[in-house]
Amino acid sequence: MKSAQTSAASLTPSQPKRGSGLPRKIAKRYDLYLMLLLPIAWYLIFHYGPLYGLQIAFKNFNPAKGIFGSPWEGFGHFERFFDSYYFWRLLWNTISINLFSLLIAFPIPILLALLVNEIRSKHFSKWLQNITYIPHFISVVVIVGILNAMLSPTGPINMLIEALGGTPTRFLEEAGWFKTIFIGSNIWQNMGWQSIIYIAALSGVNPQLYEAAKMDGASRLRRIWHVSLPGIAPVIVILLILDIGHFMNVGFEKILLMQNNLNLESSDVISTFVYTTGVLKGEYSYTAAIGLFNSVINLILLLMVNRFARKTSETSLW
Amino acid sequence: MSKQQTLKSKSDERVFDAIVYAIAAVIMIIVLYPLVYVVSASFSDPSKVLSGDVWLLPKGISLDAYTSIMDNDKIWRGYLNSIIYTVVGTVINILMTLLAAYPLSRPDLPGRNGFMVLITLTMFFGGGLIPTYLLVKDLGMVNTMWALIIPGAIATYNLIVMRTYFQTSIPWELQEAAHMDGCSNWRLLLSIILPLSKPIIAVMVLFYAVGHWNSFFPALIYLQNEELHPLQLVLREILMISQSAFEGGSIGLEKQILLAETIKFAVIIISSLPVLIMYPFVQKHFVKGVMIGSIKG
Repeated sequence: MKSAQTSAASLTPSQPKRGSGLPRKIAKRYDLYLMLLLPIAWYLIFHYGPLYGLQIAFKNFNPAKGIFGSPWEGFGHFERFFDSYYFWRLLWNTISINLFSLLIAFPIPILLALLVNEIRSKHFSKWLQNITYIPHFISVVVIVGILNAMLSPTGPINMLIEALGGTPTRFLEEAGWFKTIFIGSNIWQNMGWQSIIYIAALSGVNPQLYEAAKMDGASRLRRIWHVSLPGIAPVIVILLILDIGHFMNVGFEKILLMQNNLNLESSDVISTFVYTTGVLKGEYSYTAAIGLFNSVINLILLLMVNRFARKTSETSLW
Repeated sequence: MSKQQTLKSKSDERVFDAIVYAIAAVIMIIVLYPLVYVVSASFSDPSKVLSGDVWLLPKGISLDAYTSIMDNDKIWRGYLNSIIYTVVGTVINILMTLLAAYPLSRPDLPGRNGFMVLITLTMFFGGGLIPTYLLVKDLGMVNTMWALIIPGAIATYNLIVMRTYFQTSIPWELQEAAHMDGCSNWRLLLSIILPLSKPIIAVMVLFYAVGHWNSFFPALIYLQNEELHPLQLVLREILMISQSAFEGGSIGLEKQILLAETIKFAVIIISSLPVLIMYPFVQKHFVKGVMIGSIKG
């Protein structure tokens, strides 16, 4: 965002001086505000409107009385959530799925980009890239459909296990497998697409640095470690912060599709709970409170990570 | 460097290259295998799929799955709905994103930073699912296609990408010159900015269109009326919930249950076809979009 700001500043025009003053400047560009009218109204309604509606988290929402007219409840919904038997389960599942994703799935696109960067044949590297991008365009519904097929008792994975002398497993119906399958298939779907940004960053690394390292007798692994990685470090930091920016929400739709009664123990997360209890069962106030709790945790995480990144690496979102 | 050292490092290089290519090959196989399996299974005899005989190539070639899809009204209706939602939705997306991105790209717009803050904040904090759901309900959009289109009319990330493009790829001097000649801002947008922005608009059309085509969740919560269901919801029903979508045919029950197995594969193919056919032609544009997005980072 920083660079966008500075590049904009450098484009600042030399204003004609006659009749300056803010009202005049605004009046002269009224048509630009006209263009903005619809989009800004949309932002106010569809992004700030729900923020206004969030007050039902502290109320007992009654559709007949509306958001404003419903009676206040205070922190009752939050207390009920924190005291519920499923609170720790939801929190643990939400945090662990995202934490494991961050630890395992986040580095893979970086490794893939480094690999692409080491391939000398342009042709081969294009093939690798184009093939790994494909799954990104497949819908979540289809991805879960493919998972069902691959992992079904008669699917190829179980056939392979049987051929190797193992016993077939009903992967999708076992809580113990849920997180592995969820994260593994995310990697399968997204590693190629997410690597694009790193590949772009790598192509911007000064080739002379590689030559110099080569002269010093650095092996290729050492060149990756000392030249490539530091070259893309700022991009890595930014993407890490952005990932943490939606830490508590990742993969909601896919989790919902993969959920069944048998794996609920490890697939029940805050966002799916909000959907099933709020939208399906109509407990709007209670689940709005849970959603708010989720957003606040998320925001705190983002602010902390951004601060930490700014202090340690001088790369941050703002 | 002595000659021996050079030789050693040369053979090291070769080993390194071999490892790199081997890993790359394994990755390609892992990515492609599930896709190949789905295609093969969709063309196979259902009993061969259920017995696990199909693992790479189709066995006992059969087009039954596809012919029974052809007869299925639900899928066709879903297909048609998805096409309508994708086209109308994308047109609105592009209009709204353009109307926001262009003025906000203008360095001479008073209050620009205020608007940007207003917009950027929404990327990090929002009301959440329930207040949004209640809002859409209050606006009377439930059970209309507008519930899928209006609440998602602008993707903030895309807006920022487009704005960055206007700022970095269209010379400000050009716009100033047009102003000198008495060109209004609307004309500037239509006859100078738009023709120069074809690449980014192509990217946005693709991003938004694929998003609409693949989306299922808004339809799940806002559309109770089955006639309005988009393809992804019909798919979800076929793939995840039951085989009921195909009950009541003229064939025997046992054969039906068997066929349901390969129908799942065939619907996966049918539904992904538009995106996959388009893919080779547009993949370089997609990549470009991500690159422009990265400038802001």
